[in-house]
Amino acid sequence: MLVDPTKGISLTRCIRVGDLVVAYERHDTMKAVKVCDSLVLQNRFGVFKHLDWIGNPFGTKVFSKKGRFVYILAPTPELWTLVLSQRTQILYIADISFVIMYLEIVPGCLVFESGTGIGSLTTSLSRAVAPTGHVCTFDFHEQRVASAREDFERVGVSHLITVGVRVQGEGFPDEFSGRAHSVFLDLSQPWLAIPLAGKMLKPDGILCSFSPCIEQVQRSCETLRSSFTGLVEVLLSTYEVREEKINCFQGYEGGSLVCPPCKKKQRPSEGSNVQKNLCSPVVMARPSGEDRDHTGYMTFARLRCL
Amino acid sequence: MSQNKVQSEPIQNPRVTWEGCSVLLDVNNGDRLLFARLSPGATLKIGNKNCSLHPLVGCPFGSLFQVENKKEGPNLCRFVPSTEDNHVQEKGDCPIKKETKDNRAIIDNNKAQSLSGEDIDAMRRHGATGDEIVEALIANSATFEKKTSFSQEKYRLRKQKKYAPRVLLRRPTSFSICEAYFKKYPIRIGFMREDTLSLLLSMANVTANSDVLVVDMVGGILTGSVAERLGGSGYVCNTYLGSTPPPMDIMRMFNLNYETCMRVVRCSLNDLCSVHNGIFEQFDQHEDSSNAESQTSQTTVSETTIPSVSKSCKPPKAGENASEKLLKLWKENGFSSLIIAAPELDAWSLVKDLLPVLSYSAPFAIYHQCLEPLATCMHNMQLGKMAIGLQISEPWLREYQVLPSRTHPCMQMSAFGGYILSGTRIHSNLFSSE
Repeated sequence: MLVDPTKGISLTRCIRVGDLVVAYERHDTMKAVKVCDSLVLQNRFGVFKHLDWIGNPFGTKVFSKKGRFVYILAPTPELWTLVLSQRTQILYIADISFVIMYLEIVPGCLVFESGTGIGSLTTSLSRAVAPTGHVCTFDFHEQRVASAREDFERVGVSHLITVGVRVQGEGFPDEFSGRAHSVFLDLSQPWLAIPLAGKMLKPDGILCSFSPCIEQVQRSCETLRSSFTGLVEVLLSTYEVREEKINCFQGYEGGSLVCPPCKKKQRPSEGSNVQKNLCSPVVMARPSGEDRDHTGYMTFARLRCL
Repeated sequence: MSQNKVQSEPIQNPRVTWEGCSVLLDVNNGDRLLFARLSPGATLKIGNKNCSLHPLVGCPFGSLFQVENKKEGPNLCRFVPSTEDNHVQEKGDCPIKKETKDNRAIIDNNKAQSLSGEDIDAMRRHGATGDEIVEALIANSATFEKKTSFSQEKYRLRKQKKYAPRVLLRRPTSFSICEAYFKKYPIRIGFMREDTLSLLLSMANVTANSDVLVVDMVGGILTGSVAERLGGSGYVCNTYLGSTPPPMDIMRMFNLNYETCMRVVRCSLNDLCSVHNGIFEQFDQHEDSSNAESQTSQTTVSETTIPSVSKSCKPPKAGENASEKLLKLWKENGFSSLIIAAPELDAWSLVKDLLPVLSYSAPFAIYHQCLEPLATCMHNMQLGKMAIGLQISEPWLREYQVLPSRTHPCMQMSAFGGYILSGTRIHSNLFSSE
C-alpha cells in the first residue's frame, strides 16, 4: 500500500500488472481489483479491460464501451475500509481514526488486536506503525485468520502484520509480555481478555475495548477499575450540497416574506400585486439521510505506572 | 513470530522524561491542565506556593505525584495509589448496599467543621501529610457520618484536592495536546476537537514516507500531529499566504526528535506555486521564519512561568525553508496528500491553487468551523471535476462517565467539532477504451 521506504511515495507512478487498485463507481460503490492484463472488470456500467488501465497514472478515468466510466484509484486504508464495508458490519473511519489517535500509535509501535474480524482496523493500524512497528492480531475463527492473511498480502502490508489464532480465555504470547504500546479489543466478552491484555502492555500503555452494548461496557469497566480513563462514542454525520434557485416573494406591503433580500431589483409586473423573483443561485448544504447510527462504545484504560 | 521484526521502541517519544523535555501536567484529575518544560529551575504554582518540577525528571510518563509539605516548602513526591484508593468502584467488590441515608438533616451553615485554618497550618508545620490533614478534617466534621456514601466520597475528594493535590505527568502527544487545548483554549486551535484532528490525519492518509502539504493556521498543532505520524520519514511542508509564516508554537510541545524536526519545512504559497508553474524565482530566505521557533514565548495553557531555556534544553529547530531540491522533487511527483486547517481563510481560494500541486489519486481533507465555505468549495470542485469522493462530514463525540449506578453521558457535551471536506484528486485526462 505504497509504504515502500525505498521508493518513497510516488503517486505519479503508473498502474502496473499486479497492482491492487480501487475501481471507484460512486461514493458507496467501489471494488478492489488486482490488475492482470487478461482480465476485465464487469459492473452495471459495462465491461472494463484491465489492459486499458496499464501504463496510465492512478486517478485516471476509464470508459466502457457503453460510454460509462469509473475511476482507478490508489488504495488507502480509508478506501479499503469502504470496500470492506460493503461486505459486512465493521468499524468505520470515525472509530478507526479516533482509536489510532487515543492509543497514541506512531511509527515503531507494537500493537495487539483481538479479534481481527475482517481486518479493516488492522490495515489502518499497520499504516500507523509502518515502517518499523508491528501489529499482532488474533481471531478465534481459523477461516477468518486465513482470509485476513490473504487480504493483507493483497494489500501489501503482510510484513507489518502477524495473524494468529487465539480462543476466548487464552492468553497472548508470553514473549511479548510488557512490550506492547497499545491493545485493541473487539470481542463479545472483553472482560475475559482484559487481564490477559494488561500483561502485554508496557506501563502507561493504553487499552481500548470496543463494544456495541452498554452492558458489555459496564462489565468491562468493573474489570478495569481504576485503570479506566474514559468511555466515548463517535459518529460522522454527512452533508449533501446543492445549488438552488430560491423563490423570493415580495408581499403586498413590500416586505419580503420568506428569504434573504434579493439581489435583483424589483421590477413592476403587469397588473399583479405579488411580485415573484428568482434570486441568483445559492449553494446550500443540508444533512444527508444516509448517516450511520450507533457502531459501538469505546472504553479506554491505561496501565498503571509503578 | 520472528522476534527481530517486532520492534519495541518508537523512533521518537521515549517513555521516560528527560531534562528539558516538554510535559503535560494534569492537576487534580483534569481540573487544571498545563504544559511545562522540565528545564532546571522550572516550577509549578499550586495554590499559592511554587513547587520545583525537578522531581519529575527521569520519571516515566504516567507517574503520579502528590504535593507534600516538607520543612523546605511544598514538594512533589512520587506517589503510587493503593488499589483501595481513589474510586468508589473499588468497593464494588461487595454487592452495592442499599443507600439508607440521604441529606435531609444536613444544614449547610458552615459550622460543621471544627478544625480552623490555624489548626491546619499548625498540622502542616508539624509535618503532617496531606492525607493526614484530610483524615483529620473528616474526623472533625459533624455532618460527615450523616452523608450518603456518594456525598462522603465527594467531600473526601474535595479536601484531598485542596490539601493533598495530585499531579499526573502526561506525555504530550497529538491527542493529549489537542484535548488540553480544546478544553482550555480552543480558540488557539480553531476549535478543532480531538476526533476532528484524528479524522484529518486518517482521511489524508498520513503515513511514513509520505509528503504531506499542510496549511496550518491552528498554532502548529496540525503540523506537529502530521510530523508525529510521519515518524522521521517523508516530509511535511507547511505552506502559508503572504510572506510571514503563521506561528507554530504548539509544535514545540510535541517532543519531536531531531530527525522528525528536520522533515518539517516551510514554503510560502507563492513560491510553491511559482516553482510548480515553472517560474523559477529567486525566493528570499526569510530570516524571521526560523527565528520563530527559537523564541521563548509563553505558550503554556496556564499561568506557569517558563524560565528562559538554556541552550542544552532547546528543542531541535523545525520549520526551515524548503530547499530547492525538495521543491523540484515535489514538482515532479506532487504531494501525497493535503490538509487545510485555516479557519479564517476561504477554502476554495486555497484549494484552487493547491490541488494542482498534489499527485493524482491523492486524498485531501479540509477543516473549517463553518459549513458554508466548505459547501461552496465542494460545489466548485464538483463543477470543475477536480475530485471525487467529495464528502462533507461533521464529527460527533460523546463522552460518558462510568460509575456503579451512575453511568450516563457526561453532563457537558461539546456540540462543536467543526466540519471536514474530504475527497481524492483525480486525473483530468479523458481516456476511453474505444
